[in-house]
Amino acid sequence: MENLIGLLVVAPLLGAAVLLCGGRRLDRGGPWIGTLFAAASLAIAAVLFAGLLGRDADDRTLDATAFSWVPVGGFRADVGFHLDQLSMTFVLLITGVGTLIHLYSVGYMAHDERRRRFFGYLNLFLAAMLLLVVADNYLLLYVGWEGVGLASYLLIGFWQHKPSAATAAKKAFIVNRVGDMGLSIAIMLMFTTFGTFAFGPVLERATEAGEGKLTAVGLMLLLAACGKSAQVPLQSWLGDAMEGPTPVSALIHAATMVTAGVYLITRSGAIFNAAPDAQTAVVTVGAVTLLFGAIVGCAKDDIKKALAGSTMSQIGYMILAAGLGPIGYVFAIMHLVTHGFFKAGLFLGAGSVMHGMNDEVDMRRYGGLRKYMPVTFVTFGLGYLAIIGFPGLSGFFSKDKIIEAAFAKGGTEGWILGGAALLGAAITAYYMTRVMLLTFFGEKRWQPDERGELPHPHESPRTMTIPMIVLAVGSVFAGGLFSINDVFLKWLEPVTGHAEGHSPVSALTVTAATMVVLVIGVAIAWAQYGRRPVPVTAPRGSLLTRAARRDLLQDDFNHVVLVRGGEHLTRSLVYVDHSLVDGVVNGTAASVGGLSGRMRKLQNGYARSYAVSMFGGAAVLIAATLLMRAV
Amino acid sequence: MSHAASVHSLWTMSAAAPQKIPAPHIEYAQLSPTLIVLGAAVLGILVEAFLPRRVRYHAQLLLSCIALAAAFAAVVALAAGGYATGKAHAAAMGAVAVDGPALFLQGTILLVSLVAVFTFAERRLDPAAHGRPVDSFAAQGAAVPGGKAEQAAVKAGFTTTEVFPLVLFAVGGMLVFPAADDLLTLFVALEVFSLPLYVLCALARRKRLLSQESAVKYFLLGAFSSAFLLFGVALLYGYAGTVTYSGIADVVNGSVRMLDPALAATTGNDALLLIGGALVLMGLLFKVGAVPFHMWTPDVYQGAPTPVTGFMAAATKVAGFGALLRLLYVVLPGLRWDWRPVMWGVAIITMLVGAIVAVTQTDVKRLLAYSSIAHAGFILAGVIATTPDGVSSVLFYLGAYSFVTLGAFSVVTLVRDAGGEATHLSKWAGLGRRSPLVAATFAVFLLAFAGIPLTSGFAGKFAVFKAAAQGGAGALVVVGVVSSAIAAFFYIRVIVLMFFSEPKAEGPTVAVPSPLTSTAIAIGVAVTLVLGVAPQYFLDLAGQAGVFVR
Repeated sequence: MENLIGLLVVAPLLGAAVLLCGGRRLDRGGPWIGTLFAAASLAIAAVLFAGLLGRDADDRTLDATAFSWVPVGGFRADVGFHLDQLSMTFVLLITGVGTLIHLYSVGYMAHDERRRRFFGYLNLFLAAMLLLVVADNYLLLYVGWEGVGLASYLLIGFWQHKPSAATAAKKAFIVNRVGDMGLSIAIMLMFTTFGTFAFGPVLERATEAGEGKLTAVGLMLLLAACGKSAQVPLQSWLGDAMEGPTPVSALIHAATMVTAGVYLITRSGAIFNAAPDAQTAVVTVGAVTLLFGAIVGCAKDDIKKALAGSTMSQIGYMILAAGLGPIGYVFAIMHLVTHGFFKAGLFLGAGSVMHGMNDEVDMRRYGGLRKYMPVTFVTFGLGYLAIIGFPGLSGFFSKDKIIEAAFAKGGTEGWILGGAALLGAAITAYYMTRVMLLTFFGEKRWQPDERGELPHPHESPRTMTIPMIVLAVGSVFAGGLFSINDVFLKWLEPVTGHAEGHSPVSALTVTAATMVVLVIGVAIAWAQYGRRPVPVTAPRGSLLTRAARRDLLQDDFNHVVLVRGGEHLTRSLVYVDHSLVDGVVNGTAASVGGLSGRMRKLQNGYARSYAVSMFGGAAVLIAATLLMRAV
Repeated sequence: MSHAASVHSLWTMSAAAPQKIPAPHIEYAQLSPTLIVLGAAVLGILVEAFLPRRVRYHAQLLLSCIALAAAFAAVVALAAGGYATGKAHAAAMGAVAVDGPALFLQGTILLVSLVAVFTFAERRLDPAAHGRPVDSFAAQGAAVPGGKAEQAAVKAGFTTTEVFPLVLFAVGGMLVFPAADDLLTLFVALEVFSLPLYVLCALARRKRLLSQESAVKYFLLGAFSSAFLLFGVALLYGYAGTVTYSGIADVVNGSVRMLDPALAATTGNDALLLIGGALVLMGLLFKVGAVPFHMWTPDVYQGAPTPVTGFMAAATKVAGFGALLRLLYVVLPGLRWDWRPVMWGVAIITMLVGAIVAVTQTDVKRLLAYSSIAHAGFILAGVIATTPDGVSSVLFYLGAYSFVTLGAFSVVTLVRDAGGEATHLSKWAGLGRRSPLVAATFAVFLLAFAGIPLTSGFAGKFAVFKAAAQGGAGALVVVGVVSSAIAAFFYIRVIVLMFFSEPKAEGPTVAVPSPLTSTAIAIGVAVTLVLGVAPQYFLDLAGQAGVFVR
């Protein structure tokens, strides 16, 4: 049983190796080979899941050590796996959504010449992401962390002939480096504090370390989470990452990789529980990001970028919940899973729309598509209802719990966080309704593409619609199923722990308030985009709208503060390097050369001079020896 | 009564009481490596005397190789028999130590010499003279350079096959040198290996005047330093009343008050001890080429026939450092606080002078000579550590360095123009374009000299610096690293010159050697890489061999 965990990672890795090394022969069959390996890991995950279910709730962990990786003195790093309810949840999400998106890509990428490579990268991503969640120590987790970063870079820049895609890939990579730095510093701090970085000892002995140290570790972990999960202040890469093919956006930049930060914080719960300051930082980041992403999502006309803003915002919810501590961990993960379903479904729907609209992404040029793409419309619509929290659908259960937990934090903090979460719910309802109305309702605003052809929207092939349908089913029912008898809570509780907070407002009040803001959000969107015709070119808009279109000036901020500052720093360093460092180096070299030239003159070729030197040397040797005795 | 006293009586009392001379007890089996080599040398002389000229070359080559291989086998057998560890003791009435360091160094010397003999026997590099293949050595050593006698000798196709017995005699002396357990044996061994070397240096076939000049300089300065050493021996005898290492050490420790009533006036006089110790040290430092006793090195390395240079640079250094280690660890450990500061100074200026002066050298052989001085400094840093790790690191360094040196000089013999070997660096420009294999091989040796990882040079340097740092000589390590940085400059410069310069139109050609030199170079490369990639086994071996018998 334990051996299967390694196989889980190895299967997609093998797929990546086969596809990337296989050469042109595999060009035709490549997509199906990749899908097969993904399905294999899904099958293994299912077997493992069944195995875990067969055990007692307290006994649902599997540990396996594959081999000793770096044994050096007191430093031990093993390639070891740890599968418990938390990682199992992730494994099922990753392999399940991953397999569906592989399947979807078979249709979506059917006309791409480099699709073999695409599937190789997708498999590579699966392997890295699985390694990230089943690793039993932070160093191995870091390997997976970097692996998903690499896969993300390769896939964002997959259409590298487009300069925008290449730039976006680089941007994602560089911004992620900042977060990765945080993770590596956190690991180093753990090693100096605990002498190990295995989950077991670190988390068990977390309280032994001083709070200051834990706060430092926690903040560094938060920095890592901000990078990978596109949270403020490291959020700027996610919007540009939409340059990647849409299945990539669905899998990596919506359902799985961007949630790695939530996993990291939840997994390190013991550290955060003992470091309240770090937790405060986490909830702050979550609350700010959920509003930030939501506002950006309202202003975007590019369907994928609107969804990217939404992703950022929804992960903000999860980070907020994870920062609340034991009252929030379970709901963070629950929202993560339901979000995985509906956001992946929404992205796949967006991809399907683009597929039918000659790769047009501007929603102002869509309109009235519901008649032409019925399956897409229905599945996208169910995802829409789920994300805004329509009663009975997945998002309703998971988001509602987070809002409740935020209020339950208690005190002023609870009111602020709860208020932010509620406001976020209203904005979510607004921007998602906007997306829905612009795309599927209203007049046809279709424009000819650059070749002058009007698009002929049509439903996508079966390989694309089936995954959308499956994900839509998940979007509808997952939340409800999880909530019956609190089954999800009971499943995760042994790992994350759970505590009921003391909410100043009753659960019913929260739900009612959520419903009210939901209706308000939808109503405003209807008033703006449903009742009136939508202009094809965006109006100038208010100051806030314009700022939001520019991602609330994130790039301008980064450019002025970081890029300019960095340039100045580099220039001055180069100056110091040229004048000071090179000066010292060249000066030393010149003086050694000069010294050498003078000293070689002593070597004059006369044996008598040599003898004198020896005699002098012997005299000095004796004198020095005697002197040493004298002093 | 200890061996010490009985040997002493051999030297001092024999005239007074001839009937009491005890028959010395000699453990022939334990001395067999030395005896085999010296016996073969004597046989070599007989070969010169009785065999016809045309078979001498083959007979001598065969004899030398068999003798060296057999002696090496004897060393291995002794080591396997436990003489390196449990059964280590002073043989031959306390004159010769049979212990770990001695056997390790003897094994190294024998292997290096065996490889060196291959390069001595190389006969394909120079064009054949009058239809007969010639080697690197003068047709007739006694003939005046450029004179009629020389022309006649060349015409007659003479070759100096005496070099083989000369090498064997030198090796015999070198085997005893690091194992010598009393000062007189040390001196005799020194002379036994030095005298054949002086002769060998004078025997170059080309540039004979330069060769003879170098031999005379070497001889004069060597004799000068021997005199210092012998004077030091006399003073130490005056101090302790004995010449055995353990006897002197006992007196230094104060565990024995008096060995010879006749010397009551001087025994225990520390001035004698300090001056005598310094003079003996100086004699050994001369042999290893430490500053300020190094000045013979560049001239002799340049003038001597290149195979001899390689042999000297490799084997002499091993023997010299072996003797130095034994002297410092067995005789003078009680004086550590006196000699360590002085040796610090010597090591520091040796490293710096070797590295700095090498920067402006323009001749490959002189460059390698200064490089050998710098390396002597690095090894001294390990010697000064005075820990078991210090001994083992020095042993390892010597083994690694000797093969690199031998290989490098072997490559030098290949690059030739009309005047023989083209040793001026400007002629090496662009060698990598025309003879990539030879240039790459030389580059491997240069990288090893520079101490780049994955070569034996790195492992050795790391070991000695680590031992020095642990022995409390941190400053020495800093100087060592600075010197290494300077030294890296001129090693890498040669690589740059070979690979990144335009070849000259009338540049030298690379001669195709016989399998003998090829084997020597290949062994050099193999040892360099093996010790660089997997040094641990050999470090352990040196570590096991790191205990001196007293």
